[in-house]
Amino acid sequence: MGMLISMPELSTRLVSTWLKDYADVINENTNYLTDLDRQIGDADHGSNMSRGMAAVAALDPTTFPDAPALLKKTGMTLVSTVGGASGPLYGTFFLRLGTSLPATGVLDAAMWAAAMKAGLDGIVARGKASLGDKTLVDCLSTAVDAAQKAADAGKSFAEALAAASKGADEGRDATVDMIARRGRASYLGERSKGHLDPGAASMAMLIDSAARTLA
Amino acid sequence: MKKLINAVEDVVRDSLVGVAAAHPGSLAVDLENRIVARADAPVSGKVGLISGGGSGHEPMHSGYVGAGMLDAACCGEIFTSPVPDQMMAAARAVDGGAGILQIVKNYTGDVMNFDMAAEMVSAETGSRIESVLVADDVAVQDSLYTAGRRGVGLTVLMEKILGAAAEEKQDIDALLSLAKRVNDGGRSYGVALTSCIVPAAGKPTFDLAEDEIELGIGIHGEPGRRKARLGSAAEVAGELVEPILADRDFTGAPVIAMLNGMGGTPLIEQYLVYGEVARILSGKGVTVARTLVGNHITSLEMAGCSLTLLNADDDLLRLWDAPVNTPGLRWGC
Repeated sequence: MGMLISMPELSTRLVSTWLKDYADVINENTNYLTDLDRQIGDADHGSNMSRGMAAVAALDPTTFPDAPALLKKTGMTLVSTVGGASGPLYGTFFLRLGTSLPATGVLDAAMWAAAMKAGLDGIVARGKASLGDKTLVDCLSTAVDAAQKAADAGKSFAEALAAASKGADEGRDATVDMIARRGRASYLGERSKGHLDPGAASMAMLIDSAARTLA
Repeated sequence: MKKLINAVEDVVRDSLVGVAAAHPGSLAVDLENRIVARADAPVSGKVGLISGGGSGHEPMHSGYVGAGMLDAACCGEIFTSPVPDQMMAAARAVDGGAGILQIVKNYTGDVMNFDMAAEMVSAETGSRIESVLVADDVAVQDSLYTAGRRGVGLTVLMEKILGAAAEEKQDIDALLSLAKRVNDGGRSYGVALTSCIVPAAGKPTFDLAEDEIELGIGIHGEPGRRKARLGSAAEVAGELVEPILADRDFTGAPVIAMLNGMGGTPLIEQYLVYGEVARILSGKGVTVARTLVGNHITSLEMAGCSLTLLNADDDLLRLWDAPVNTPGLRWGC
């Protein structure tokens, strides 16, 4: 099955690789995300995420005892630097990942699906958005479902990550046709249709980055 | 983009350096946490009044810090809500032992960050901390299917009235019930003639043709209810008054009226529009008891204006008239 090589050890180094990759992706897409936000929001999503992830990328992974500690610090750093709606939402996501994952051990599909689900639940509790509101929840919850389905089918960690990534992209793209019911885009009502939600776009980037770096 | 800035990422900080330089002795500026507080804070036995939000709406909020209004303001990035660390620093700075009240505009990001701050402050200090949500914009349907009405112009009136009551050492429960009266009796509506340019974005937030206006705007350049052709000032005044009166009956009690400039409309046009508004209101049987005209809650250099009406009584008018000494509002002292 090749299970051993596809189940990496949970470590600060591994998580740090993911976070730094995501910081790079956000940096490359700052203008794209801000432009998406300009169309239906207030033109700051790219610059906000970029500021937050630059602070996260500057964290030294060797100063944390384990991966969950680094994930929690990532959450606090985002809460403290991003602002807007994204700060509390992404911050909560990483805090929940940090409290859900064990300190050490081998990452498997079920563990990852459960951690992502905990992150999603935290975001929903904080932002009170549900499926179909045209927010990052639409991206994340499709990704979580895909990861869970893979885990239930006995797929490998790498396969669950890939499934989550595919689900995230589908969830992101589905926001185009939705009418926003949360966040600033909700003030546009019908006029929000036809635009990709910027939060769903940055969330898909995070999950795609995980698939690229954690497997 | 043509702006008087040093670097895009330093706009808020550099501006606060200027606030500190301009108001020594009356305002204390914490550059690290980006908060502006009364120099005499904390005032013992007084509820600490905190507000804040994205920068770019000056004089709101940092310009409303001082005797008779806010104890501290938290300044976020341009049009981005501040982070909980800032509200926590503000709470520590203004806690006079009578509790802390946060005045929050109903925008998703503001609500979440102030909520987190409240959780963290009460966990850390045990101090009582409450929040008031301003939601006065009639352009937004208040339903389960939106984020609810935005907090816009009424925020200025809320800060003035609660500030006066806090200065009288009214307790936090009294302030909460006062805030409810202000929220229930206040409505706003705004119109944009141009977009503004957020420095970090570098280009206009939305596009409007030369002869077009956007009706029902918020305060961040976010698009409004609909576009229309720019008519005369009298017609625009009618467009401002109509949705407010359609939403709430303002006859039968005195009204506090604010005609607010969005940042790029000169006072001569604001007064001109207010003259038309006053005429329309009088024709509809609405009695204006107090008026405020000027740039009070702005959107950078956006051209346009907003109208706020607040149904008042003798008590609210007394609090409105009470002395206030801040960079943005000053009377009676």
